[in-house]
Amino acid sequence: MSSSAKTRKEKPITTLSSPTVGVDKTGFWRTFRPEVDGSKCTRCTLCWIYCPDGAITREEDDSPKIDYDYCKGCGICANECPVKAITMVREGE
Amino acid sequence: MFSEWKFTIKDIAEKPDLFMSGHRACAGCAPATVLRLVMKAVRGPTIVTNATGCMEVVSTIYPYTSWATPWLHTAFENAAANASGIEAAIKILKKKGRIEQEQIDVIAIAGDGGTYDIGIQALSGAVERRHDFLFVLYDNEAYMNTGIQRSGGTPHGASTTTSPAGTVIPGKLEYKKPIADIMVAHEMPYVATASPRYWRDLITKARKGIEVNGPAFLHAFAPCPRGWRSDPSKSIELSRLAVETCIFPLWEAVNGEYQLSAPSKVIALRPERKKPVKDYLQVQGRFRHLFTPKFEKLIDEIQRITDERWQRLLKRCGMT
Repeated sequence: MSSSAKTRKEKPITTLSSPTVGVDKTGFWRTFRPEVDGSKCTRCTLCWIYCPDGAITREEDDSPKIDYDYCKGCGICANECPVKAITMVREGE
Repeated sequence: MFSEWKFTIKDIAEKPDLFMSGHRACAGCAPATVLRLVMKAVRGPTIVTNATGCMEVVSTIYPYTSWATPWLHTAFENAAANASGIEAAIKILKKKGRIEQEQIDVIAIAGDGGTYDIGIQALSGAVERRHDFLFVLYDNEAYMNTGIQRSGGTPHGASTTTSPAGTVIPGKLEYKKPIADIMVAHEMPYVATASPRYWRDLITKARKGIEVNGPAFLHAFAPCPRGWRSDPSKSIELSRLAVETCIFPLWEAVNGEYQLSAPSKVIALRPERKKPVKDYLQVQGRFRHLFTPKFEKLIDEIQRITDERWQRLLKRCGMT
């Protein structure tokens, strides 16, 4: 809220929310890490749609890029990939 | 009534995520996918109000928020009452000329506890008063946030912490409340059921619910790997199996006129594609006891109820 607002009319009408990406970096929860095989990927973007964490972003050419800061390693992307281009690899291997 | 909004995957990709990553939902949380997809359907400035529940707890841990939109938390029972208040406030502020926006949409979000059981009176009242808002129910079929207690949305035979399957009872004894049909009985302009596996269908329905003039209700199926004791990677697969077994058929009712949506229509037209409920039950740990000799008969019972409900729905849709 701007501190210059003196009357009710000058104050913003909506409630205040300052969006920040991320309550926390949830990537450290992960046991298995998804890895995309670019040669198999058909750029259907289904993994991007189904990701509960929005941790997959689309590159210029529609290929998926996984944000390991937020990926929790649930494996939905690997399970739903129609051509099985995503494999789950144990962290640290 | 509805604009002919057609979208390509590119359109929604270019829209910023309004429900952002970094929330603390469990790995494989389908309700989070549902909310991401619903927020892709918004047409302009939107205010979200959220009843207590998983999605409220995980997305707004003080002092952070995962919502890139004005968001209000409310108690368990009054998400719909809160939405009516917001809508009324917008109306009067517009009348007084204090807001410039042409159109501000209101979305109320609640889980199955906040809708089936605790929130139904507020919801029923708000719908009766014809407030213009979209109510999104993400149905994960129990009070997952507080530790998997049974709710009105828990299906027959599911083991929860307050209806544990053991030597005496085979999980929950009662049946799932047909909440969407109850909402249709309110003579609402728009009621729909959706599943995140069919994302295009879900986004279209959410958009229709926002566009419609008056209250709209979206019942979204949302598997919960923690409470259903299923593999986190199977959440989306489960939401597909629920549609294919007709446990959760997809339909919409515009002004009380039922109509099957494409994924369920395929099954209605070609009944051989309908899968047995066993396929859906066996992937979930909460139904594990049904595969022991003692409670085996329950699978037939669940199949019978599912078929009965499916036939009733087909009749309503004029498909028989």
